[in-house]
Amino acid sequence: MKPAAFTYFAPSSLDQAVSLLADHAPEAKPLAGGQSLIPLINFRLAESRYLIDLNRISELSYIREADGTIAIGAMTRQFEAERSELVSRTIPLLTEALRFTGHPTIRHRGTVGGALAHADPAAELPAVAVALGAELVARGPAGTRTIPAGEFFLGPLSTALAPDELLVEVRIPQLPPRAGWAFLELSRRHGDFAIVGVAAVITLAPDGRVERASLALCGAGPKPVRASRAEAALAGASPSQERFREAGEIAAQEIDPDSDLHASAYYRRRVATVLVRRALAEAHRRATEGR
Amino acid sequence: MADMHAIRVTVNGLPYEATVESRLLLADFLRDHLGLVGTHLGCEHGVCGACTVILNGRTVRSCLVFAVQADGAQIMTVEGLARDSQFHPLQEAFRDKQGLQCGFCTPGMLMRAYEFLQENPNPTEEEIREAIAGNLCRCTGYQFIVEAIQDAAARMAVASR
Repeated sequence: MKPAAFTYFAPSSLDQAVSLLADHAPEAKPLAGGQSLIPLINFRLAESRYLIDLNRISELSYIREADGTIAIGAMTRQFEAERSELVSRTIPLLTEALRFTGHPTIRHRGTVGGALAHADPAAELPAVAVALGAELVARGPAGTRTIPAGEFFLGPLSTALAPDELLVEVRIPQLPPRAGWAFLELSRRHGDFAIVGVAAVITLAPDGRVERASLALCGAGPKPVRASRAEAALAGASPSQERFREAGEIAAQEIDPDSDLHASAYYRRRVATVLVRRALAEAHRRATEGR
Repeated sequence: MADMHAIRVTVNGLPYEATVESRLLLADFLRDHLGLVGTHLGCEHGVCGACTVILNGRTVRSCLVFAVQADGAQIMTVEGLARDSQFHPLQEAFRDKQGLQCGFCTPGMLMRAYEFLQENPNPTEEEIREAIAGNLCRCTGYQFIVEAIQDAAARMAVASR
């Protein structure tokens, strides 16, 4: 189908974008890479009277180190983050997850901030943000505020952003020493949305026990699901295949998957059991081998 | 009142100026306004890859970009592959290896393969399959497309020697 008519703005600064959004919210939508929003507009599932295109705002495109975190501007293209040496050195879980985020042609245009703000429950980046304890920086007419990833995602395509707020940055803590990571996903075709995906990080204590485990899943509920009981079961444990298998079974009980065209809820739980076990084993291997 | 915007783009080396409505997709601009109907529109929601073009040096889906967003851009479409009525080696390889049947997906396949072979001039079969995973073909079963891209890689390696 073809899009319905809208009024288009292409501000060149963040200040202009914030004020345009404030003037026209809630009938205005910010347009980032458009790889999720434009399909909805083409289908006329999303109709906004005003589109505020953020693609000309160069100040929102950057990747830099800031106080132990990596700060990524919301309009940074996914392929730029994927190829960033800084990202692969400090938060390699993100690099690994980005390879599952659509296809290269999608990642050329798709943005890091757009994938987070769109909050598709099957998308990879929200799960990564939750697993790594990222913070999301929002800017609106009242100023700037920081929202923990665990509080940012509210449900399918729904976030804590107010209609007049823009996501401007995500801050992701660097992986600590003795940490290993893995992102695993099952989909029908590489680059498709996850049937289930798992982001895992294991940090080892000096004696080799698990100091801390982080687990978040996509395709597993109305928003990215943190498997906190599985995490708690791993904390302080001696890592073993048996522990990882148990964690997979616990995580499968914590998620809340739907049945749809692609997979039943039952199947998704079974897949989650296996992927969590494999992701933990891979994260542990990387933690012990020093990446 | 329609929301109209003046844009300037360069397509396959030629400059164009136009006034377009904001809701016009880049794919429809290329096809209906510039007459460059080599770019095919399949699904219109970013799944099939038939409308793939190169925008400022990178492949994009022209159904997922508004024409107004391309203001100032350099665009290459499938019509830009051949030079002086001489097929690009990729086009020759697709013809010789029968890397197409109905031809609908071919423009997108060619543009993606063109970009991919610049990044990876000597790919494995697996790498080719992953590279074109975002482009759907309903005829060939992909085997002949993969072979055509391998063949094109070999032709281009010889040509650049």
